[in-house]
Amino acid sequence: MFESLTERLQGVFKKLARKGKLREQDVDEALREVRLALLEADVNYQVVKRFVGRVRERAVGVEVMKSLNPAQQVVKIVHGELTTMLGQPGRLDLSGPSPHTIMLVGLQGSGKTTTAAKLALHLRQEGQRPLLVATDTRRPAAMAQLEVLGRELEIPVYGEEGGSPVAICAQALERARKGAYSVAILDTQGRLHIDQKLMGELVEMKDRVSPDEVLLVADAMTGQDAVRLAQEFHQQVGLTGLILTKIDGDARGGAALSIRAVSGVPIKFLGTGEKPSALEAFHPDRLASRILGMGDILTLIERAEASFEEEEARRVEEKLRTATFDLEDFRQQLQQVKRMGPLSQLMEMIPGFASLSRQLPQEVTDQQMKKIEAIINSMTSEERRNPRIIGGSRKRRIARGSGTTIQEVNQLLGQFRQMQKLMKRLTFGRVDISSIFGT
Amino acid sequence: MFGKRVQQSLTRTRHSYFGRIRGLLARGEVNEALWQELEELLIQADVGVGTTVALIEALRERVDKEGLRQARAVREMLKDDLKRVVTFSESPRCREDGLWVILVVGVNGSGKTTSIAKLARYYQDKGRKVLLAAADTFRAAAIDQLKIWGQRLGVDVVAHQPGGDPGAVIYDAIEAGQARDAEVLIIDTAGRLHTKYNLMEELKKLRRVAAGRVPEAPQEVILVLDATTGQNALTQAKYFQEAVEVTGVFVAKLDGTAKGGIVFAIAKELGIPIQYVGTGERLEDLAEFDAEEFVEGLFAES
Ligand SMILES: Nc1nc2c(ncn2[C@@H]2O[C@H](COP(=O)(O)OP(=O)(O)OP(=O)(O)O)[C@@H](O)[C@H]2O)c(=O)[nH]1
Ligand SMILES: Nc1nc2c(ncn2[C@@H]2O[C@H](COP(=O)(O)OP(=O)(O)OP(=O)(O)O)[C@@H](O)[C@H]2O)c(=O)[nH]1
Ligand SMILES: [Mg+2]
Ligand SMILES: [Mg+2]
Repeated sequence: MFESLTERLQGVFKKLARKGKLREQDVDEALREVRLALLEADVNYQVVKRFVGRVRERAVGVEVMKSLNPAQQVVKIVHGELTTMLGQPGRLDLSGPSPHTIMLVGLQGSGKTTTAAKLALHLRQEGQRPLLVATDTRRPAAMAQLEVLGRELEIPVYGEEGGSPVAICAQALERARKGAYSVAILDTQGRLHIDQKLMGELVEMKDRVSPDEVLLVADAMTGQDAVRLAQEFHQQVGLTGLILTKIDGDARGGAALSIRAVSGVPIKFLGTGEKPSALEAFHPDRLASRILGMGDILTLIERAEASFEEEEARRVEEKLRTATFDLEDFRQQLQQVKRMGPLSQLMEMIPGFASLSRQLPQEVTDQQMKKIEAIINSMTSEERRNPRIIGGSRKRRIARGSGTTIQEVNQLLGQFRQMQKLMKRLTFGRVDISSIFGT
Repeated sequence: MFGKRVQQSLTRTRHSYFGRIRGLLARGEVNEALWQELEELLIQADVGVGTTVALIEALRERVDKEGLRQARAVREMLKDDLKRVVTFSESPRCREDGLWVILVVGVNGSGKTTSIAKLARYYQDKGRKVLLAAADTFRAAAIDQLKIWGQRLGVDVVAHQPGGDPGAVIYDAIEAGQARDAEVLIIDTAGRLHTKYNLMEELKKLRRVAAGRVPEAPQEVILVLDATTGQNALTQAKYFQEAVEVTGVFVAKLDGTAKGGIVFAIAKELGIPIQYVGTGERLEDLAEFDAEEFVEGLFAES
């Protein structure tokens, strides 16, 4: 749907490359593309203006004029400037006296309750003793939601039907003190930044508990409103950090830049899924690439690593080293790959592949995957272990069984042989990405 | 009809970007700076780059062709264009006979469960017998949440255990709906990001389960979008549309935004009708979408 910045700049730069060095109007033309890309990524309009101004200063200056490859230089400046603006990842500051308190605030449905559970799990892994506190007495089953999450993680949850959120906070701190908990994580009701009454309540809660951290939990899909939202929460309640949720989708996440720009608070974590373990560190350079639509190879690698269980990876590695990797293993690998998401989406994360993946509709690539699986599934386990025994009549049987053609079976076997050769040449890391795209 | 709450929500929108557009186009002559500023304001209202550019190109063409000079004329043209974008032929309407099944889908936290409660109230007000199905068996306490709404509404909720098969819930709910002579069955589903292949496949399956019990079911598939969402709403709509043939959009949380422009982007680029808007967390905070009133509301003098 959206052209990525890379593609667009390539278009602009192709023209420029012929002209040689950058002139001021060339820079402006390129910056127009940058501006549009950022707007499409939901970066706030005013923030974009400021950002482009900064880039322009650097791009029009000597740096670019003197450089031999101005096109690449502009991309580098944009990416670098964006990375700088996103800032260094923030860490939780729990240096004060125990029990510490962390308060999660934000709009309705942004992910506060889920994130509270994620933080509790994270902190327990860091050796803390967390207590979850349910203060949302208004939304139906909001307390039950936190209780269920706490029970699953075996982390205690404090809450009280009926009490006022401020009173619950005070009692929860008492409980934390008595129970020797080291950190209390306060989940709060979702509220609009323009709702004076509920914003006032938040201020009251904050005054009562003097939290070590007040974290804004914001949805990565937020649009132009992000700036107002961050301004209001920051001015009224005083934020110490940001957690950006639902980054596991395909939102470009420009809101993060807007929020960061207007509040100045650091981004502390990213929410990458619904499960309590789906909380990740934030990497400014990767988020910058994502906002620019420039692919995200590192995330891809991490995802691959997460879905290939370690032992399995070791097993495969061993097989490859000894050149005993067969179609049975290949089938298993394919299944792992499927767990990472649709192929087209994975391809989008690879720089340069983004445009390719757009040309191939998702159905095509995913259908190819299905076809390959069907072919392998139609083989006997002996054939998978030793593809060399597959002759004409076996190919016919496999093609019939998988609803494909003999040519397609041949093609797969050919590709597999290629892949085996390639693998032998690889000095092997933990995951073999090339096999994914060799298919 | 839009109620007072919608007007209030729109007032906020009006005071910001659309209000500024009205101001910009209130007087003076058409010139390059005006187009530039109009573009900026539309983008800031979340209308989206693509839709904004298309709208402005069409306006410029007509202004040139008809030799118009007054900014005021542009305002009327823009209003007409916006109205046209969000005007659709009638959406499917609940019939008198048989069970009318509504499948409600959307990304995580967009407002599905709450909007379902509002829709139940909406149909109750029309004298319909409503049944709810708790097919979000995944998210913690999602079933409890729907059950509480059911209690408040006095509406039965068909539910299984947490972690159960959502398809089985739908199967049972349709059976129960038929046995109890319910007229409208509204199905709550787990929030899912449109990019998750398996979860979207599951949604297709849920659709098939419904169709297996009542051939024309689900008669409606409503996508709930969060009004504060930016350009990603377009991608969401596109993917859900492809997976389960969305028949209408419910824009939740309109009270939280000073924009509302995404409504135009979705209608223009995807052609899915906007059917309802949500303007708060209470049962009565629902309004049927009305193109004329919506656009007039955005541009009205405050
Ligand atoms: N995919 C994905 N879903 C998430 C993430 N974080 C939260 N969610 C989901 O988003 C939805 C809303 O999350 P909640 O934690 O209930 O949000 P909340 O802010 O507490 O909502 P309210 O209390 O109603 O304001 C749920 O379906 C969560 O499972 C994330 O990082 N990725
Ligand atoms: N201000 C406002 N809040 C709303 C509106 N509709 C829903 N909400 C709130 O948004 C939050 C999420 O709503 P839910 O109905 O739980 O959303 P959901 O899509 O069912 O969430 P999941 O099932 O977790 O994916 C809740 O806090 C609701 O009260 C609305 O129109 N305006
Ligand atoms: Mg919550
Ligand atoms: Mg729900």
